[in-house]
Amino acid sequence: MDWLLQQFINGLALGFIYALVALGYTMVYGILRFINFAHSDVLMLGAFSAYFLAPALQKTGSPVSIVSAFLIVVLAALICAIIGMLIEFLAYRPLRQRPRLTVLITAIGVSLFIEFTGQHKAVFGANTKPFPQLLPESTVQLGNVSMQSNDIIISLVTMLLLAGLWLVIQRTRTGMAMRAVSFNEKAAALMGVNINRIISFTFGLGSALAAIAGIFYAMRSPGIDPLMGMKPGLYAFVAAVIGGIGNLPGAALGGLLLGLLETFAGGIPGVSNYRDGIAFAILILILLFKPAGLLGRLQPEKV
Amino acid sequence: MKKYLNQSLWFLAATSLLALVAAGCGKSGGDTIKIGEFASLTGKEATFGISSHEGTLLAVDEVNAAGGVLGKKLELLTEDNQSKPGESATAVNKLIARDGVIAILGEVASSRSLEAAPICQQNKIPMISPSSTNPKVTETGDYIFRACFTDILQGKILANFAGQKLKAKKVAVFTDVKSDYSKGLAKYFKEHFIAAGGQIVTELDFNGGDKDFKAQITAIKAANPEAIFIPAYYTDVALICIQAKQLGVTAPIFGGDGWESEDLVKIGKDAVEGTYFSTHCSADSPGTKVSDFVAAYRKKFNGKTPDAMAMLGHDTVKMLADAITRSGSTDAAKVRDALASLKDFDGVSGKITIDAKRDATKPMVILQVKDGQFKLVDTVNP
Repeated sequence: MDWLLQQFINGLALGFIYALVALGYTMVYGILRFINFAHSDVLMLGAFSAYFLAPALQKTGSPVSIVSAFLIVVLAALICAIIGMLIEFLAYRPLRQRPRLTVLITAIGVSLFIEFTGQHKAVFGANTKPFPQLLPESTVQLGNVSMQSNDIIISLVTMLLLAGLWLVIQRTRTGMAMRAVSFNEKAAALMGVNINRIISFTFGLGSALAAIAGIFYAMRSPGIDPLMGMKPGLYAFVAAVIGGIGNLPGAALGGLLLGLLETFAGGIPGVSNYRDGIAFAILILILLFKPAGLLGRLQPEKV
Repeated sequence: MKKYLNQSLWFLAATSLLALVAAGCGKSGGDTIKIGEFASLTGKEATFGISSHEGTLLAVDEVNAAGGVLGKKLELLTEDNQSKPGESATAVNKLIARDGVIAILGEVASSRSLEAAPICQQNKIPMISPSSTNPKVTETGDYIFRACFTDILQGKILANFAGQKLKAKKVAVFTDVKSDYSKGLAKYFKEHFIAAGGQIVTELDFNGGDKDFKAQITAIKAANPEAIFIPAYYTDVALICIQAKQLGVTAPIFGGDGWESEDLVKIGKDAVEGTYFSTHCSADSPGTKVSDFVAAYRKKFNGKTPDAMAMLGHDTVKMLADAITRSGSTDAAKVRDALASLKDFDGVSGKITIDAKRDATKPMVILQVKDGQFKLVDTVNP
């Protein structure tokens, strides 16, 4: 039974990372009703921001410490928030009044643009790069089950971020404006909500979360490359749909569910190669029985 | 999208230029002999591509410094396939159709050599793969050669190594299902290991480029193997070793020639210490041929120590130059025949004899990662 518990722990941290990314997909969908496919590349940019920030920050401060790790994460999140807002401003805002499909295709274009620019020799290059150690690492051994300090920190920080996000959306004026825009954009505008500012903020917030998720992802498997965002991006997108797209707790739940499913499927000899297929089979099953996703209602209160 | 556009464009170009090539636009040409090379200069297996390319470059320089071949200088045209599927076909089509090369050199990875081989075979252009070990590569046709052993031999030697040196009776195998090399090597290893009385306790798969292997490693650990065999490439291997260490795996881990890269240590750090892998040859191997090559390579590439990929890349050029000299022409069919009859060729990677299957039969070495360096543990004769 040890291995079952071990798989649960393995899957949990992965699920939390998917949850963080899924929030970004679902928030943007909630407000703009389209899937921001470039989101997974912001995740990659977050990991690369940390890759470049870490040597600089670890040189000045104490080498590998919680303080430097905190600074790296915050700075990378800021950088990616700005990138996210820029993507919205340059690529999506000019198309705001166009059909949804146009924006969707543009999002795919932005995603490919970032991926292939990143692979260019002058930018990051296509090679896998060793991701620096950000935190002192240790392994907690409980009988036959081992837990990495990184995984524990990832899980705790993600839970804090989820709670924080909930507070922002439910308890602040900006959050109220976000909910208003998602509910009815025109009415919100008439009530004096600055739509552009709220949309920018949503992209910034989602991108910051993606950046943090990217760093967490890279901490667990310290080899990063410009295409690293594709897989977690895809899983997080599925997670958002499973949970009910546009629904925040649903995205978190979907992320956890997929992380666990992927891990359990991956640990069975003979099935391990079909873990992606299993994730999508589950997606289809859930959508067959609950077309709006697990927590989604057909007319849900969005974001 | 662009990739597919390019591909179809090149397909058009390839077909329309075929007639021109046949008419001999490359062969009649100028005062150089054009050789094409396709390599993974960037991407997942970049250190392989770069090493192999550097060895190739050095060999071309040496041949040209010694007066070239048949009084003409060799001209090397290199295309990068970014370690990606699909790009090799495009690159090789371009080299043959547009540049009119008389032979193709490449690649390290079997999957990508398998993409290029049918094109070379179809155009009747000799191709020499420096280090693709999957048997299927040369089975493509009589114009396809390699400068290295195949995985049938490598699998056998690794099976012996696991049984005799590691004293393991129960081995777990962790295969990259995206890679022909990995699947092939796993298959031949299993055959020989089971035939020698060993037991494969569990087999798990991953997709090359995955980042999270903990699920599979937990399952491998639960099966209690005495050793773990990972026939894969270094980027994935490094991440697997890191996560295996985190999960408290203590069984020795070993693999094949896909491991030999400085990035294995750069990414894997202390997690890859003590692991073993087999490869073609080592800079530590005795003999002046090797030491001369190591010295020349260090001089040209800022003190970098050559790995097996560099030595094999070097040998492909020398093999080709030898074949052209012996056939006395750059005619593809004659060069092919000369390559097929290559015997006891004194390469840096060892004595090369091309057998009936157009594979090279050669000794192999086992290396161990020690203090971040690859140390020669054993040399095995076929």
